[in-house]
Amino acid sequence: MRKDYSSWSLFTKGLRHNEGWNPAWRSAEPKPSYDVVIVGAGGHGLATAYYLAKDHGVRNIAVLEKGYLGGGNTARNTTIVRSNYLWDEAALLYEHALKLWEGLTEDLNFNVMFSQRGVFNLGHTLQDMRDIERRVNANNLDGIDAMVLDAAEVKRRIPILNTSKSARYPVLGASFQPRGGVARHDAVAWGFARAASKYGVDIIENCEVTGMDIANGRIAGLETTRGTIRSERVGCVASGHSSVLAKMAGIRMPIESHPLQAFVSESMKPVLDTVVMSNAVHGYASQSDKGELVIGAGIDHYTSYTQRGSPHIIEHTAAAILELFPMFSRARMNRQWGGIVDTTPDACPIISKTKVKGLYFNCGWGTGGFKATPGSGNVFAHTIARDDPHPLNRAFDLARFSTGHLIDEHGAAGVAH
Amino acid sequence: MSSYRVRRPGARVDFDKPLTFSFDGQAYDGFAGDTLASALLANGTRMLARSFKYGRPRGIIGTGPEEPNALMQIETGAHTIPNLKATQVELYDGLVARRTTGWPTLEFDLKSLGGLFSRFMPAGFYYKTFQNQKLWPKFEHIIRQAAGYGSAPSEPDPETYDHSHRHAQVVIVGGGASGLLAALLAGRAGLKVVLLDEQNECGGWLLSSPHSVIGGEQASAWLKSAVGELQSLPNVQVLTRTSAFALHDMNLVLAVEQLQDHLPIADRAAHQPRQRLHRIRAERVVLATGAIERPLVFGNNDVPGIMTASALTTYLNRYGVAVGKRILLQTSNDHVYQGAADLARAGCEVVLADTRTRINPAWEKRVRAAGVDVRTGFGIAYARGRRAVTGAQLVKLDAQRNVVVGSGPSIDCDALGSSGGLSPTVHLYCHDGGRPHWDEERLAFVVPEAGRAKSGIYGVGAVTGEFGLQNALEQTERITRELLSSLGKSAPTSSGNLKTDEPDATPARRIFRVPDGRAEGHGKKAFVDFQNDVSAADIHLAVRENYRSIEHIKRYTALGFGTDQGKLSNVNGFAIAADVLGKSIPEVGTTTYRPAYSPVTFGTLAGAHAGDTFEPRRYSPMQAAHVARGAEFEPVGQWLRPWYFPQTGEDLHAAVRRECLAARRGVGIMDASTLGKIDLRGKDVREFLNRVYANAWTQLAPGKCRYGLMLDENGMVMDDGVTACVADNHFLMTTTTGGAARVMTWLEKWHQTEWPDLDVYMTSVTDHWATAAVVGPKSRQVLAKICSDIDLSPSAFKFMDWREGTVAGVPARVFRISFSGELAFEVNVDANYGHHVWEALMDGGREFDITPYGTETMHVLRAEKGFIIVGQDTDGSMTPLDLDMAWAVGMKKPFSFIGKRSFARSDTAGPNRKQLVGLLTDDPQIVLAEGAQVIERADVTPPAAMLGHVTSSYYSPELGRSIALAVVRDGIARRSEDGHKSGRDLLYAYAGGKAHKVTVVSPVFVDPKGDRQNV
Ligand SMILES: Cc1cc2nc3c(=O)[nH]c(=O)nc-3n(C[C@H](O)[C@H](O)[C@H](O)COP(=O)(O)OP(=O)(O)OC[C@H]3O[C@@H](n4cnc5c(N)ncnc54)[C@H](O)[C@@H]3O)c2cc1C
Repeated sequence: MRKDYSSWSLFTKGLRHNEGWNPAWRSAEPKPSYDVVIVGAGGHGLATAYYLAKDHGVRNIAVLEKGYLGGGNTARNTTIVRSNYLWDEAALLYEHALKLWEGLTEDLNFNVMFSQRGVFNLGHTLQDMRDIERRVNANNLDGIDAMVLDAAEVKRRIPILNTSKSARYPVLGASFQPRGGVARHDAVAWGFARAASKYGVDIIENCEVTGMDIANGRIAGLETTRGTIRSERVGCVASGHSSVLAKMAGIRMPIESHPLQAFVSESMKPVLDTVVMSNAVHGYASQSDKGELVIGAGIDHYTSYTQRGSPHIIEHTAAAILELFPMFSRARMNRQWGGIVDTTPDACPIISKTKVKGLYFNCGWGTGGFKATPGSGNVFAHTIARDDPHPLNRAFDLARFSTGHLIDEHGAAGVAH
Repeated sequence: MSSYRVRRPGARVDFDKPLTFSFDGQAYDGFAGDTLASALLANGTRMLARSFKYGRPRGIIGTGPEEPNALMQIETGAHTIPNLKATQVELYDGLVARRTTGWPTLEFDLKSLGGLFSRFMPAGFYYKTFQNQKLWPKFEHIIRQAAGYGSAPSEPDPETYDHSHRHAQVVIVGGGASGLLAALLAGRAGLKVVLLDEQNECGGWLLSSPHSVIGGEQASAWLKSAVGELQSLPNVQVLTRTSAFALHDMNLVLAVEQLQDHLPIADRAAHQPRQRLHRIRAERVVLATGAIERPLVFGNNDVPGIMTASALTTYLNRYGVAVGKRILLQTSNDHVYQGAADLARAGCEVVLADTRTRINPAWEKRVRAAGVDVRTGFGIAYARGRRAVTGAQLVKLDAQRNVVVGSGPSIDCDALGSSGGLSPTVHLYCHDGGRPHWDEERLAFVVPEAGRAKSGIYGVGAVTGEFGLQNALEQTERITRELLSSLGKSAPTSSGNLKTDEPDATPARRIFRVPDGRAEGHGKKAFVDFQNDVSAADIHLAVRENYRSIEHIKRYTALGFGTDQGKLSNVNGFAIAADVLGKSIPEVGTTTYRPAYSPVTFGTLAGAHAGDTFEPRRYSPMQAAHVARGAEFEPVGQWLRPWYFPQTGEDLHAAVRRECLAARRGVGIMDASTLGKIDLRGKDVREFLNRVYANAWTQLAPGKCRYGLMLDENGMVMDDGVTACVADNHFLMTTTTGGAARVMTWLEKWHQTEWPDLDVYMTSVTDHWATAAVVGPKSRQVLAKICSDIDLSPSAFKFMDWREGTVAGVPARVFRISFSGELAFEVNVDANYGHHVWEALMDGGREFDITPYGTETMHVLRAEKGFIIVGQDTDGSMTPLDLDMAWAVGMKKPFSFIGKRSFARSDTAGPNRKQLVGLLTDDPQIVLAEGAQVIERADVTPPAAMLGHVTSSYYSPELGRSIALAVVRDGIARRSEDGHKSGRDLLYAYAGGKAHKVTVVSPVFVDPKGDRQNV
């Protein structure tokens, strides 16, 4: 791929009033048929198309998006990236993604601002510390960077954290993953869109899938708001609306869709240079490059498709952040929002073939799929191209909900961002 | 008085009350009634900020929450507040303000050097460069240092915050002319009304235009009587300094009231919160939020001294500040004319350049009479000046199309105001899903006049596009009457004469970006969003690069991302995008309006839930006894429980050793009050218990207790506890301490959603009972000393029985259950007697050397017996069978139980599951880490297969060695029968880089037959 984004191109195009820039991606008209259609142009869907084209040589691909690309949870998340999950299956999948993150900017020729500023998961109770110890040991044995820090060391690394023993939930220690961090969410969608587009992938926005054409147990095509599109392979990557799509194929997804909210402060001078998460108080924070504190918490309890939630969740989250950082009390919230997350019974994703031949689903990432974006697309592309799961996503088959082989990340991941 | 001050009749500053304040370390004067912005302008300060990306000099543009530039750090130390807009800071004596941008100085900003290369830094340039992942941290560091405005305080907040709930029939947001009239009508009709206004007083635009006429009187007089009447109505509450920042579903308005920030720090009342969050639930919501003037976009439109035209008017009429002596106004509409006349009458030299060729003759007459020099058909190509505006170059515009057809004069000025029309404040209307409508005639996104009457949300006045005062008032009267009749009321009297002296409006020109005769990007930078340095050329670039959705344009350029949330910039941005895209503005649409309308302090959101009251700590009724005995505490869920009771010189280990041995050999006592307790009554309680617990409850007789395992749908253990049968239709369930609320919710959920037919009533009684567990071989003797009416003999009071009686003179329920494997009695009394009974037991036990112990000893004792702690030895992936507790599962129950079906699933029923076992280290002194991973070989080169992990690990004083519980794949089959370390019983426990050899054994280390609890 030609690397046409560089300081040099900024210089030469700048000399000519920046008039020479080309579209980052091509907006395509739908063709009557494709070899593979991906439904949902979030980060995961676009990454899937990219890896299908790049690694598997599939050329005739469309990505259909009902709104604007990257406008779902990709555009709404708090961008935490880490791989220190508890169970092997999950940890290895997220670690696969983390390794791809480490080369993503160069691979896509698009700066996704992957910032490995480290992620702290705080422990506030003896049980938290047991869980941390367990997870860190597991991570180490899986070859994932992780360490247990005591309260004094946490304080040394995050001086503004309230580690007072008289805090309501005193900090006893933390797990720390140095390679974790944050990235620029929009850039991930745009970068994948641009790179996929260069491989000839058709990106079709404002095109909602409204029905599926299934004959003899095989997928044959899709009904969309922009007409019928034929394809014998369809990958659905629609996050909060996955169960709606699955229903079109007569599949009942073990998914509940809930609002998940987040908010940002006004932009301030650098004050927090890492990511701090706490399940016990239910809040987490990082500071964006622009200077806003980016803050989130747990899901709203009620299921909903409106991308907004209950105010008391925001209020509780603010209280939780003040428990960790009392000095932020006089900082101000600038904006709050919500996304619809697809939660599964075990807080792990579904990357799976289905009972309909040629129809695949990649969903259930819930509150924490942004970090998996490149890895998810990578293994899903493999699953679609070979009609067979990648070793890393074999365990994330739909069948686990009938066999009972759940990969329960609730305990260790809690707020699984 | 500075030369910028003018005495204006009707101005809201009090020239008899001078104040001093400082900005960037320099002292200035102002007056009561000033904002920080008006006072700085009066002192001639023009440049007070540097722009975000290019370091360009910036000054004040607006008068309220729309201000993008004048972000201030107010006060220092613990009282400091970052990013307040100078336009919203009420001046008080001694106020200390600092700039938030400009490094190292405001005069010389390092970023302005970068600004010289701005053509190489278009929108999104950072996506295209800095692509070396290894170097990125360095680049990022520089970017981060350059970003950000004010600084977070570095000390805890000395002030407090509060929440309050309100219920109103009508809540009216905005106390301008329309909001006041609506409040008057609703108030006179006797409705419970709350009127909110963000500013320090009601009046809205009337405060900037006190000489307008309403019904024959001056607006200022009308305002005064309206406010007076509202204050006299007992059913109306007027909250000023109260900003409604969100509208949530079902008419929930969230608003923040400022109670202290306008006072000198020393004058703030200590008992008064700094801010209060009002949660107002109302039958009807009236949005009277008005409109904000949007500037026109032209070259160098960001030079300090360039403002919105209405800001110039407001500073003049409300604050008595003439921002310039020679003023150039640029407009596309009628709104600026009154201000132009006022400025001229106040002695300014005013040139008014209207982009229209046909202007309103009535207005023209009035402003010319005041001495305004009116030029029609001209636009500003670009402004001159760097740190303060010095003039502007005009161009002749085509009468229809927005193109340059000729040159224009160059005009000198020291202040410049522009108006591209008004943008209604539609934000709240859109928070709960409403969509604004584009009104092509008024060139504005408006709240539709009928609002969403069906859900009780109405708009009145400028927010609906009624920009003229008289029209707005007449419309407000009409809409409010509709609202009243929807509540079964009518407005008792007519609101009287609402006639004003405004001429009829002439149409505005549809212009957003004033053309300069050059291709976009070739001329001077023309800013759309000041706070984020987004220029018109950036929007063109975004579209060129296919960021065509308005959300993409916003995200790519950062349009509207600032702390003003695009109040000045959004509509200009949408319109410019529409032009580039060749679409209409409604086709382009808006970005999403989200709370907060203006920023809200974190402390206010948290309210009282901060610090010690973040979550109330829960203490057992015996807390004072524990404190008196020097206990160390451990948080368990919301509770603080005694962890251990050190005696002088003892550490945790020494204390626990002593406590353990006392309980095993003599007698110990533990506070078990925090266990969750649920009282269940009704004729179907037995059946209910059969369904929610894995084991059977059909046979349990009154006077008996039973241990139960509660499973989730997947068959995994989620809680456990002992339940006692009080009567056939009455049971008392205990849960884990941390699980009480979860279990209660879980039970209610199943009852209410799945089995509403069952007659069961549940009450949480956790706090009603205090529980003291008397544990050890001598426990019977201790209890006998203070309990005479229960036969404690082994034959009369068996293990797993409970009895009602009197202990230490108070009614008690005594349970013979044991979490230590020893003979034990758990004494339950009314919580109010807890402390008394505890002390009585301590007294009674003195001769037996009764020893209080905490959670740590409890853990050791139960681990020695292989008793699990749910949440520690289980993690949501363990079935009863995995725990070797098949005895606690009643597979033959007639109905079913939660989780049963899952036992038939292939994986849950399959081999190779992780199972609970005991582990013994080779070296008896090594206590394994809880959370150590169990592996097969000592080789830990990743990826190393993990078989399970250590869940509990202690030094057992009883055994004189370490013990551990673990879950291990296929663990039960691995248990070593003879203790010799061969084959499958030999494993390693890995933690912190070290692997220790362990032997897999039974998890029951002490008294395997369980004799001791039965004596
Ligand atoms: C507030 C919040 C905070 C979060 N924080 C984090 C975090 O810190 N770290 C982390 O790792 N994860 C986080 N997440 C989760 C993360 O955002 C998601 O898991 C991830 O972005 C999912 O990506 P996606 O591409 O699958 O989904 P999306 O980006 O939602 O993409 C799905 C797309 O499918 C489209 N679509 C749906 N139905 C149809 C249809 N019928 N036809 C056509 N198109 C359709 C949608 O419009 C959407 O664009 C957070 C989520 C939220 C809401």
